Amino acid sequence: MSQSLVDDQAEAGLGPGRPVGDGSPAERGRPVGIRRVLSFLIRRPGLLLSAAVLVLVVLAAFRPDLFTSQDPLKGVPAQNFRGPSGSHWFGTDELGRDVFSRVVHGAQLSLRATLIAVLVAFVTGALLGVVAGFVGRWVDDVLMRFVDVLLSIPALFLSLALVTALGYGTVKVAVAVGIAGVASFARVARAEVLRVRQAVFVEASRSCGARWYSVLGRHVLPNAAGPVIVLATLDFGSSILAVSALSFLGYGAPPPAPEWGTLISDGRNYLANAWWLTALPGLAIAATVLAANRVARALDGEWARQR
Amino acid sequence: MRRYVVRRLAQAVGVLWAAYTVSFLVLDFLPGDPVSAMAGAGMDSGQPDPAQLARLRHEYGFDKPVLVQYAEYLGRAVRGDFGDAVSTGRPVTATLADALPQTLQLTGAALLLAVVLGGGLAVVATYTSRRWLRQLLLSLPPLGVSVPTFWVGLLLVEAFSFELRWFPAFGNDGLRGLVLPALTLAVPTGAQVAQVLAKSLLTALDQPYVETARAKGAGRWRVHLRHALRNASLPALTVVGLLVGQLIAGSVVVETVFSRDGLGRVTAAAVTTQDIPLVQGVVVFGALIFVATNLLVDLVYPLLDPRIVVAPDRRAGFA
Repeated sequence: MSQSLVDDQAEAGLGPGRPVGDGSPAERGRPVGIRRVLSFLIRRPGLLLSAAVLVLVVLAAFRPDLFTSQDPLKGVPAQNFRGPSGSHWFGTDELGRDVFSRVVHGAQLSLRATLIAVLVAFVTGALLGVVAGFVGRWVDDVLMRFVDVLLSIPALFLSLALVTALGYGTVKVAVAVGIAGVASFARVARAEVLRVRQAVFVEASRSCGARWYSVLGRHVLPNAAGPVIVLATLDFGSSILAVSALSFLGYGAPPPAPEWGTLISDGRNYLANAWWLTALPGLAIAATVLAANRVARALDGEWARQR
Repeated sequence: MRRYVVRRLAQAVGVLWAAYTVSFLVLDFLPGDPVSAMAGAGMDSGQPDPAQLARLRHEYGFDKPVLVQYAEYLGRAVRGDFGDAVSTGRPVTATLADALPQTLQLTGAALLLAVVLGGGLAVVATYTSRRWLRQLLLSLPPLGVSVPTFWVGLLLVEAFSFELRWFPAFGNDGLRGLVLPALTLAVPTGAQVAQVLAKSLLTALDQPYVETARAKGAGRWRVHLRHALRNASLPALTVVGLLVGQLIAGSVVVETVFSRDGLGRVTAAAVTTQDIPLVQGVVVFGALIFVATNLLVDLVYPLLDPRIVVAPDRRAGFA
């Protein structure tokens, strides 16, 4: 959803105006001391909390049984609509299923969809951007005009068109969200490649007779990667929102599956008498996105600035 | 000036054509047969019979070569004819035109709220000298871009419709029914406006002209609003131009949450029934809104900053 936020930050913070000096191979090769990471985190409790939230969510996606022993799909009908309590942290739904366990198990579906979306956007976008920036000339023009067109269609509409064509399901929704995110990756990757391509060390390696692929692989890509990776962490948060919005609209996994967006759209029917069915799963989404965005912001500049 | 406008208009038409082509490629040629999807959508049960499929295929021209199809569709689209919606049989353009006023009302109100609340937040946060207030205000926008819109909408309904009973939870009735949906839609947009404006206000306040204005004896509030804000509003204006498309698209979620009629509901229904002509119409309309608002923003620039000269042949200092 926050497509243009990404664009804005990408252009304001990571644009071609940045000198090549910071993050050059010599600086990057220095090992990062564990003590420095710790002291960096200690002075930023919010960042520490965000990192902890992300670790918990990832853990929940891979080992949901660590967090809850209750079955996300089987409920006890006699215990339906129980409010949050010690035995049911997030209460129970209309079929008496434990909502906390559904949120934990839903992390697997939602996180997988988000990772697929980010990966699709990252790989396709970076490929387009690197080719456009490195080859230049008419290839650059053609590819970038195409990217401009992708940007002119609102991301959600583009995703919806892709869902219409591809059909429903977690993976298809993820691909649709990913393709809608290609354009911003392409632009940042291209800007970075252009910036690095003009650097003196690239010129030097060219004049020494290095082949284009070795210039690309050894010099351009490693130095252009940073901002694209920062964008990927930013895109992680917005992809969670986009994926959950599409599954809220009903285009995700079919009903019994506890996708985060689906949980909220189910809970919507009982808004008047069971607030926890919408409020608490939504809190899980919001916390995850907030944590991801905080970590992205730290990667984006705070870390580099403090040394 | 006129040459600039003509050139921008030509660019806009080019983008629209390309957007149409992309939607054509996505919707008509991706895996999945549009005809069987349409036939399936029209009927309640069972497999559509082959004769009907062939008839539909002929009716929509899917039996012709791809390029011929594309040329025919494009020719009709240029005249504003996107075909008939499969589920209702009404022309796509008429369906969209009927739904549009409700959505424009919603997005207009949301945009107003976003600019007033987001802009106000940025101005107050950069003006105040109380540290805690500034930090509190500046922590809100990151929060606003991180919460799912549909969740915010449902929480607002929960609080203001079911608990306090101030506003209706569903439907299109009047100004009272507009408050909650517009507020919901304004949250992510306002947060982004606030982020950009706060950042550019802080930059502007460091500029020498602010110093000069202070030295002249202008009051703090006057320096903040007349000198810094006017210059800082350019980046924010660009962002607003980009956000309008998002607002229109956001209406899909918000109108679903509040069961309001409008473009968003039409879109959601079209995706559910795989109504390809209708979805295509929506995509092109989204691109049209995007292109039109950005054109408008570009034309407003020179009003805010007279140094920006739009005539490309006489570049005076600022490009």
